[in-house]
Amino acid sequence: MTLLDVAKLNKSFGSVRAADGIDVSVAQHEVVGIIGANGAGKTTFVNLITGYQKPDTGRIAYQGRDITPLPPRAITRLGICRSFQVPQVFLTATVEDNLLIALGLAEHTRPSFWRRLRTAERIGRAGELMERYRLSDYRDRPATQLPQGVRKLLDIAMAVVHRPQLLLLDEPTSGVSLDEKFELMDIVMDALREGGVTVLFIEHDMDIVGRYARRVLAFYDGAILADGTPDAVLSHAMVQQHVLGRGSAHAAAARG
Amino acid sequence: MRDWTLWGLSAAALIVAALGPLLPEWAAYLVTVALARGLVVLGLLILWRTGLVSFGQGLYFAIGGYAVGLLGQYVHVRDAFLLLAYGIAGSVTAAAALGFLIARYREIFFAMLTLAFSMLLYGVLVKTEALGSTDGFAVVSPSFLGHAPGAAAANLWIYWLVCVTAYVSALGIHRYLSSPMGALAVAIRDNEIRVEYLGASVKNAVHVECVLAAALAGAGGAINALAVGHVDPDMAYWTTSGEFVFVTILSGTGSIAAPFAGSIVFELLRTYATQYAPYLWQLVVGSILLLLILFVPNGLWSLVSVRRWRKAFK
Repeated sequence: MTLLDVAKLNKSFGSVRAADGIDVSVAQHEVVGIIGANGAGKTTFVNLITGYQKPDTGRIAYQGRDITPLPPRAITRLGICRSFQVPQVFLTATVEDNLLIALGLAEHTRPSFWRRLRTAERIGRAGELMERYRLSDYRDRPATQLPQGVRKLLDIAMAVVHRPQLLLLDEPTSGVSLDEKFELMDIVMDALREGGVTVLFIEHDMDIVGRYARRVLAFYDGAILADGTPDAVLSHAMVQQHVLGRGSAHAAAARG
Repeated sequence: MRDWTLWGLSAAALIVAALGPLLPEWAAYLVTVALARGLVVLGLLILWRTGLVSFGQGLYFAIGGYAVGLLGQYVHVRDAFLLLAYGIAGSVTAAAALGFLIARYREIFFAMLTLAFSMLLYGVLVKTEALGSTDGFAVVSPSFLGHAPGAAAANLWIYWLVCVTAYVSALGIHRYLSSPMGALAVAIRDNEIRVEYLGASVKNAVHVECVLAAALAGAGGAINALAVGHVDPDMAYWTTSGEFVFVTILSGTGSIAAPFAGSIVFELLRTYATQYAPYLWQLVVGSILLLLILFVPNGLWSLVSVRRWRKAFK
């Protein structure tokens, strides 16, 4: 079943075409890696889908419904959630409070004025999330004091309180040390697989892409250069040249 | 950690209310005015936690006061509860309308915009004969649900009225701050983007906070008018709003009891300063502000906060 259907998406910032006629659809339960050099339009793509930026032209449909004009909060409530390249958490609040606030806001369209935020049930759910995302040791620490990898995990844990159908992860492993990257992705992907979540993740590390993605979209100059299995996309000549930066020498060698 | 706020507040409210008839007249008056102004500061506390400073709470303070004055003067409403309700309704209506604009702004723009609106009202009050112009006008002596105690005894009733209002407001705001909506205050201060991506509207939340703060300021203005027996345009002047901000810094925003305690300290300071050093009030205020920011940046309440001591002895 098609979950997300993007048609002829265009977005310019001045003379820069950040999205140039993007056409793509994503089926339920897919795990899609998005690659591309800096400035290729990967984050813009995520920003457009989640409503943070509006396209100049084009249409974004989710479960058959046009979501193009909706603000981020409405799109979130429909079940499209995201994490951020720079974690967006409540820095002065503790890990537990971050999750409690997230859970409290997720439950009702209009947050309650009167019912308490700290209920036993909600604290229990925050505990489960901390368990699943390995945050339990940091429970009472303010988010400012967290190591980058942990802050990334908190950011993702806060993105899943709405039990999303579609989750967009913007560079989940950026700023995380090499030996922690796979561990972090394992934690996240295990949790998401259990929930049957469809995942789009932006990633620069091709080893991560090869390991976790079943499908890869390669972005170049605001357009999708290649779309297919990791092997097919990563060996694509144009991708090799423009995305992976293996220049013309490699292409020449291939030509033989 | 157990929440002692309900018991602590109830005990404090009972003690203060019981002291009413025992205090000398000047002290009872001081407490009445301090608690009424503490209501305004309680409203500022909500905004402060959101990272917003209003330099225009005088607007709602004046609307609350003038609602009482005008209704007494022209419509002959005398019941204190009714007058209080009208004062709150007036300021809530104003904030609900202005909020559509104000809630879009942050930081210095928020502060200056609120100040601008309060100065607009000041200008209108000063220039309008029917509203008493620069002199303002006298406020009627109120009755309480049919009981008219007379001008002298009314003061004690107003004292109790402000005790009840402050108690109910403090409990209500405490409850509000423990709710998901109240938790949005800190969340918005820390990260508006995340709040939107959690499915909540930042603008609506700030709008709601502006209305809540205005309701408290309106209540404070109404009771202040009853206690003083007079309203004038100075209630809307920016120095009045500045005083509320000053008391917020003096009190600290760590507890909903802080605004009332801080307000009493402030009124005591003002009384003694005008008595012993009549021309040095501004100097006193300036020095205290300086010392506070340097040594007690979280306000006087941080000195008595239980949590602070617990942490120190851990």
